This record gives sequence, C-alpha cells and structure tokens, in this order.
Amino acid sequence: MHLSPDQVIFWQFGFFKLNATIATTWALMLCMVAVSAWCTRALSHGIVRSRWQDMLEMVVTMLVAQIGEAGLPRPQRYLGFLGTLFLFLALAALATVLPFYEPPTGSLSTTTALALCVLTAVPLYGISAQGWRGYLKTYLEPTVIMLPFNIIGEVSRTMALAVRLFGNMMSGAMIIAILLAITPFLFPVVMTLLGLLTGLVQAYIFCILAAVYIAAATRTP
Amino acid sequence: MDSMTLIAVASIVIAGITTSFGTMAPALAEGRAVAAALEALAQQPDASATITRTLFVGLAMIESMAIYCFVLSMILIFANPFWTHAIGAAGK
Repeated sequence: MHLSPDQVIFWQFGFFKLNATIATTWALMLCMVAVSAWCTRALSHGIVRSRWQDMLEMVVTMLVAQIGEAGLPRPQRYLGFLGTLFLFLALAALATVLPFYEPPTGSLSTTTALALCVLTAVPLYGISAQGWRGYLKTYLEPTVIMLPFNIIGEVSRTMALAVRLFGNMMSGAMIIAILLAITPFLFPVVMTLLGLLTGLVQAYIFCILAAVYIAAATRTP
Repeated sequence: MDSMTLIAVASIVIAGITTSFGTMAPALAEGRAVAAALEALAQQPDASATITRTLFVGLAMIESMAIYCFVLSMILIFANPFWTHAIGAAGK
C-alpha cells in the first residue's frame, strides 16, 4: 500500500522522475483543454445553441455566481484563476469513478503547488486593487503589533489549504484500500460514493477560501 | 529495547491516541453545528440554500481538524522520519 501516487514511478532518468501524479495531472489538463476547445469551436450568440455551449455556459454562470456570493464585487476578473482551480479539483475528484485512477490531489506536492498559487495570487490581486502602499498597510491592521501574526497567518492558512485537501483525498483512497482488503465489496462502493461528495465539497471549499482571501486582500477601507 | 523497537512502539501508540482524541472533539463540534443548522432550517425553511451551503463549508472546516490528526498519524506510521533515520543509521 502506498501513501500517495508520487510513489508510483513510470519512468526515471537521473533526477527527473515521471510519477503517477504528473501523468494524471497532465492527462486531466489535456482532457479539460480538449473538451473546452471542442465546446468553444463554434460559439453562437443566437437562440439556437449547441448543447455543449449550454453546458459550458451553465458551469461558468454558476462559478461567477458562487464567486460573487463569496464577497468579490467583480467576479469575472477572478474567474480565470478561481474557476480553473475549481474545475481542476472537481474533475480530479470526480474521475475517481474510473478504474485504476488515483486522484493527483491525493499527493501533497500537487496540493502544495495549488496552495502556493493562492499564496502568490492573493498579494498580486491585492496590489492591483489598492496599490503597494494600500496592500502593505493591511498587514498593519488593526495595530503595528499584529504584523508578525498577520504574516504567520498568511503562511499557516496556505499550509492548512494544502494539508486539508491532501488529507481528505488521501484518506478517502486509503479507507477504500483498507475496506477492500477486509470487507465485502459493497462497502468500498458506498465509500467511493461518499468520496465523490467529499471531493466536490473540498473543491468548492478550496475555491471559496481562495475567493475569501482575495476578497480580504482587495477590500479598500 | 533497542531504538528501533522504541520508535516503532512510540509511533504506533501515539498514532492511535492522535486519531482517537483528534476525532473526538471535531465529532462533538460537528454534532453541534448540524443541530444548530437543523434548528435554523426548522425556523426559516426559505433560507435553506444559504444555510445548507454555509453548513457544508463549516463542516468541512471542522472536519479538517480531524483530517490533520489523521495525516499526522499516517505520517507516524508510513513515513516516519525517525524510523528512516534509525534504519539508515543501522545500515551503516
């Protein structure tokens, strides 16, 4: 039994390793790009639309509404970042119905990379919204004494983002592996169903938390 | 007992304690959160969408505390750095 898909190595050349995490991540990304390209190849403004365009429009409208409800005034600006995060995490969780598939989010390196993206994006959005001085001033709120705690909070919430997603996805896979060994086949199936729900909720939470962090950084006093 | 046995015993015992105690408090907290949400749902069924969404987010935040403990015990059992160090030292 292995802890994460990092330990499944397909091909190795010196320092460079091609493990299951990288392979699955790229496969998911290619899949998403291919489906998006297929859906958007003939967009129409009229009444008659293809069902693929309808599907994509539903997804995008839902994402915009959810981001807006998280407290961001102009959701379209953040749709590229937050929407991509959510779609990747949701697809990574939903694809667990495929046989021999291990979610790349069950590896700490993937989730850390995503959390680092959030850590970089929050100051960038904050600076573009209220300028260098305005953004750096938020670290001194409410008093100067809180400066170290604000910085610690920034780092620890990134770590919490990464470990939360990793723990949820890894525990789902591990519980199913243990149940397969000791119980009838019914229980792992039920746990897989539960894992689909948890995976979607975790994708939603990751996205919403990133939105809340960005909202806190871009809010002008 | 040599150091390997000591590390193994300590890791396994602490992993069990971590998971059991670390799930106890989040379980109580989740129970309280669900009870409060049910009360709110009974009083205002119209706001069910908002209440359910907030409940799910809150539950996942609470549950992540238990998940941290689980990750810690998994690290202790499967990826213990002291264990790796002791094996490396014994191999020399």
